[in-house]
Formats: sequence, structure tokens, C-alpha cells
Amino acid sequence: MADIVLDKVTKKYPDGTTAVHEVDLEIADGEFIILVGPSGCGKSTTLNMIAGLEDISSGELRIGGQRVNEKQPKDRDIAMVFQSYALYPNMTVGENMAFPLRLAKMDKALIKQKVDEAARVLELTEYLDRKPANLSGGQRQRVAMGRAIVRSPKAFLMDEPLSNLDAKLRVQMRTQVSRLQKQLNTTTVYVTHDQTEAMTLGDRVVVMRGGYIQQLGDPQTLYDNPVNLFVAGFIGSPSMNFLAATVEESVLRTPLGDLPLGDRMRSALSGADAPRELIVGIRPEHFEDAALIEEHQRAKGFEFTMPVDLVESMGSDKYVYFTVEGERAAAADLEDLTADAGGADLPPQDNLVTRLSAESRVRDGVDARVWMNLDKIHLFDPRNGHNITLHEGKAAGVSAA
Amino acid sequence: MAVATTSAKVKWGLLDAVVVVFALIPVLWIASLSFKTPATLTDGNFIPREWTFENYKLIFQTDQFVRALINSIGIALISTLIAVVLGTMAAYAISRLDFPGKQLLVGVSLLIAMFPQVSLVSPLFNIERNTGLFDTWPGLILPYITFALPLAIYTLSAFFKQIPWDLEKAAKMDGATQGEAFRKVIAPLAAPGVFTTAILVFIFCWNDFLFAISLTSTERSRTVPVALSFFTGASQFEDPTGAISAAAVVITIPIILFVLFFQKRIVAGLTSGAVKG
Ligand SMILES: Nc1ncnc2c1ncn2[C@@H]1O[C@H](COP(=O)(O)OP(=O)(O)OP(=O)(O)O)[C@@H](O)[C@H]1O
Ligand SMILES: [Mg+2]
Repeated sequence: MADIVLDKVTKKYPDGTTAVHEVDLEIADGEFIILVGPSGCGKSTTLNMIAGLEDISSGELRIGGQRVNEKQPKDRDIAMVFQSYALYPNMTVGENMAFPLRLAKMDKALIKQKVDEAARVLELTEYLDRKPANLSGGQRQRVAMGRAIVRSPKAFLMDEPLSNLDAKLRVQMRTQVSRLQKQLNTTTVYVTHDQTEAMTLGDRVVVMRGGYIQQLGDPQTLYDNPVNLFVAGFIGSPSMNFLAATVEESVLRTPLGDLPLGDRMRSALSGADAPRELIVGIRPEHFEDAALIEEHQRAKGFEFTMPVDLVESMGSDKYVYFTVEGERAAAADLEDLTADAGGADLPPQDNLVTRLSAESRVRDGVDARVWMNLDKIHLFDPRNGHNITLHEGKAAGVSAA
Repeated sequence: MAVATTSAKVKWGLLDAVVVVFALIPVLWIASLSFKTPATLTDGNFIPREWTFENYKLIFQTDQFVRALINSIGIALISTLIAVVLGTMAAYAISRLDFPGKQLLVGVSLLIAMFPQVSLVSPLFNIERNTGLFDTWPGLILPYITFALPLAIYTLSAFFKQIPWDLEKAAKMDGATQGEAFRKVIAPLAAPGVFTTAILVFIFCWNDFLFAISLTSTERSRTVPVALSFFTGASQFEDPTGAISAAAVVITIPIILFVLFFQKRIVAGLTSGAVKG
């Protein structure tokens, strides 16, 4: 067990692509950390550098306080689970799991004991003599995990270990991975491009884009206080709604109506280089059917009336879709998000998604009066995507004083 | 796999029988000739009326056949070994590494395979005369390797490309050195490819007549296909057909043994189950 420190780690491939730019990351001993981001953002490259499968172009990697840049993978004492599982097809399940121990020249009896132990934890005991070809996807995945845990390494690296499984099995295995990690308390770096996996599994989540870390924090912080448009849109499902807005005197003009600005926002927007054009971001659950809002809450929000496009009843709540007229929110970050539909379920830009209580009586095609919580609104600068409502890392809505 | 219906089985059975008969009749005919006496040689009977082992005794009594057999086995085995070892390394590099000139290397090796061998015989003859390689084992082994290598590289790189690279990375993460990863993980998976290639190369060397007849002159390095062509009967007037047939049967046996020995190791689908399939 050990901590892992990345100090300005950069990866430049021979063809000139810089896949990872000066990444700084401190992973504490026993921590479960998730690298998440759209395809091609450098997650696997980062992981492979920690593993030693890729050279580090510049910067320093320390495991347990020791510089390991020049160490071979085998000398780093790290186990890895691959997306493809990478089981040795010519060996049985037992032999697969015993392989790292045999390489370490461990005593035969001890190997057997360790393999049996791992097989028991992963419920693989009855398959020990089978070849990987005769296993189901979930079982193969467990063998891959087994091969990693038998030798109690300093850290686990997992590169999208669940992405080859079907949806149901993925949820099951997710819980199992999480439980296993808690039980073993081994430092784990887990790569995924699925934001749900990122939110549910990790102690902390690293959102990456184009080789840069966008934000690092625990799941709730990322969700509540995204530093920019990209993180805001990537984390959360269904994702945050984005609307184009302009600042006019003391109001914010949006396709939903004019929103009042609180004192703090007004001063933040009064600077010489303050943007006149903004992007408003608000999550679906911060809307509510106006009829269900209590009087004392009404003042904190803003109400508008719009025809309902579609109602999806989930039982516990209702997803209600509206069409927003007028200008679309446009920013480089948003284009990046749309380009990578894999990570976030981003709605079409002219769609407003709201999540209302199940008691709501709104119906398809009929005008609905909807309340929106002004305290939960984020404002983004479309030029660089920054969240300008963040104050010392905490978000405060437009109406906050 | 779907269960075959009876009529489908019969159809396939018949088709197989036709193919086998078509391929085997000439071989059996030669075998039959080798057991016939000179008198009944031309009677046209498929099953000899008079059985004799005279032909076999005869060829093993002649020094030249035994000597040629030893030459053939030695030369073919050494060529196969070298071609397969070099081919394995080259194919591994081609399928796993990106290095400048890779395409060129592949192209050139393809070019060599396509080059008409006949056109090289006279230059090779002159070169070997001048370098003293003429009529020696290395004099045959070298050109055999030259022409077998492209074949080996091609077959083997196709096999290597099937092996997921992740397996090698996994082995390294499990604590293997580069060498151990190759020996314990990649090589066992590449084995079917290596054996297939070995068989192909061995047959190529074993059956070669062109180089063998042009680059040898004595028993020192003459191989069996050539020795056969020098066979004469006991007297000038006697037909050596029986002896040649017997020799042909004898030289087919090593190939059959070679193939049977390696065939067990050619298990298709050896890599299945390594990755999500
Ligand atoms: N061997 C290589 N040579 C050159 N560029 C590479 C190489 N491997 C990866 N890249 C580039 O580096 C970037 C990061 O790749 P990486 O595999 O780390 O992405 P990823 O985040 O793991 O994506 P995914 O979710 O699709 O697995 C990509 O733009 C990719 O094209
Ligand atoms: Mg990847």
C-alpha cells in the first residue's frame, strides 16, 4: 500500500501528440480515485504511465514516496485490470490467478492458499479449472480482478474494467468493485468514461479533457460546484440545462424570462471586462411545478409558463421536456460535450429538461407553470467556460446577496 | 454449432470421399508399384499380384540413397529451424513495433517470395563455385532460408497479429520481464503459428528439386529428390521404376511423421477467451 503522486507529469507521443499536459495529482494511501472524461482525453495514457507501460516524457511519478519514472512495470508492484480483461487463454482460471505469484517465485503451497482465498472472495471457486474461453463476461471480469488481488500489490489500476459488460451486470459488478476496494483498502486508480460510475464509485473524481485536469474533487463537490461548462455538462444525468443569456441593467435576459440579479452577481458582472453574454446552467431537479411550491419558497425562485413537449413519468418523479425558443447557448466546451455523447446524456440544445415531483399534474401539450430555484443557477462565461458564480469554490445562485 | 442433419452428413461425407480419393490415388499407385516385381510392373493391376520387398532392399543397399536421405533430413531440418527462429523474431517485430522502414521490409520480403527461382540458379551456381559453397550443406541451406523466410514471416506475422497486445502488458504488470512475457505468454499462444510455419518450410525444403540439382554434384550434399533422378536399374536394360517408387514412398514418410507430430499442437482458436469475444 502506498500513496501515488504525479508531479507535472506530461506525455508526448513520438508523433508529436501531447496526450497529457503537466498533470498534478496526489492520491492518498487507500484512496479510490476515478479518472473520468470523454474519449481520447488521456485517461488511459495517464494510467499507463502510472503502470509503467508508457514512458513519462517529463515530470515525476512517486509511489510510496519513491521516484519510479525509470522503474519497469514489474518493479513497481502495481496490479492492473484491463478493459479487455487480458486473461491468458492457455491457462485455467486458477493458473491465471497464480501467474503473478509464480513469477514472484512464491512457495507452491502458499500460492494455492492465496488463489483459493481470492477465488472464494470473488466466488470463482467452482471455475478454477476452467479455461477463460468457457466463462461468461462477468466471470472473466472477476478472474481479471482475482489476478490483480492475489498478490496484495501497492495499488490497483483499472482501465474501464466494466465497460464490456451489459448494463445490469455492470451495476452489480460496480457494487462488488466498490466493496472489494473498501475491504482491501488498497489505493486504486480507476478509469472510466461513464459519469455514473465516476459519481458512485470514487472517493474523489478527476475530470479530464484534452490531456488537462478540469476539476478534482469529491463527487458531490463536482456536482454542486462545477468550475466550468465542461464539468457542469459532463457530470450529472440527465445533464445540466444550458441557456443563452444577456446582462441588461439589473436583470439577466434569458429565453425563460428576465431573471433578477442579486447584489453579489451584479458587482461581479459590473467589471470592465465582465461578459455581457452569458450561459445560464441549471440542473433538471432545480425546477418544480409552481402549484406545488410553498409560499415562503416562492420568493427564492422564478416562475415561467411554457407548453409541455413531453412528460416521462418515472414513478418517483416526472421528467418534463420543454422546447426553448430563441438563441442557443454556444461555447467551445459545449461543442466538446456534444461531440462526446458517450459520457453525458446531453439533451439537444433547444431542449429544457426538468424533473418535477410525481404529484405534478402537468400534461403533454398543455401550458405548465414552472418554478425555478434561483439559488441553484450557475452562470458561465462563454468565452472560456468558467463558472463565474463560484465564490471560494462554492456556488451561489444569481439571487444570492 | 448446429447439429448436422443426416442428409447433410451424407453429402459432406461423399464430397470428402471424392477429395480424398482424388488426392490419394496417385500416392497409392506409387505405393503399389513399389511392391511389384519387375515382371508384373506394367500389368496395370492396382493390387500387386506378386508382393515383393526387393525394391526396398535394393534402395537401402545402394549407398547413394541412404546418403541422400541423411542429406535431405539434415538440410531440411537445419533450414527449417533457422528460418522459423529468424522468421519468428522478424514477424514479432513487424506485428508489434513501429520502426522506420517496416513497410519496406515487408515489401522486399514479398518481392523475394515472388522472384522466379529459376532465374537465380545460374548466378547462384557461379557464386557458390567461387565461394566454395558448391556441393556443400550450407550451399543448399542458405538459398532455402532465403526463400523460406518470406513465407515464414508472412504466416507468423498473421498469427502474431491475432494475439491481443494487452496480454503482453498484463504479463508485464504481473511481474514478468520482457523475456518472460514472450516466453510464458506470447510464445505458447504463437505455437500453432510456429508449427504451421515449420511444416510449410520443411515441406518446401524437402521437396525442392531445382536448387538441389543445380547446386550439388556428388553424394556429399545431394538430396533425395535429386538422387531419385539418378537412379538406374540393376542393369542398363532394367527399368528402375520399382526402385524409384519405393524411394518415393520412403521419402514421403518423414513428411507424414513431421505433420502428424506437429498437428497435435495446431489447435485452432487458442486465443479465444483472452478478451471479450
Ligand atoms: N501510441 C500513440 N501514439 C500517438 N498518439 C496516441 C497514442 N496513444 C494514444 N494517443 C493519443 O493520445 C490521446 C489520449 O489517448 P488515451 O488512450 O489516453 O485516451 P482515453 O482517455 O483513454 O480514451 P478512451 O476513453 O477512448 O479510452 C488521444 O488523442 C490519442 O489519439
Ligand atoms: Mg482508454
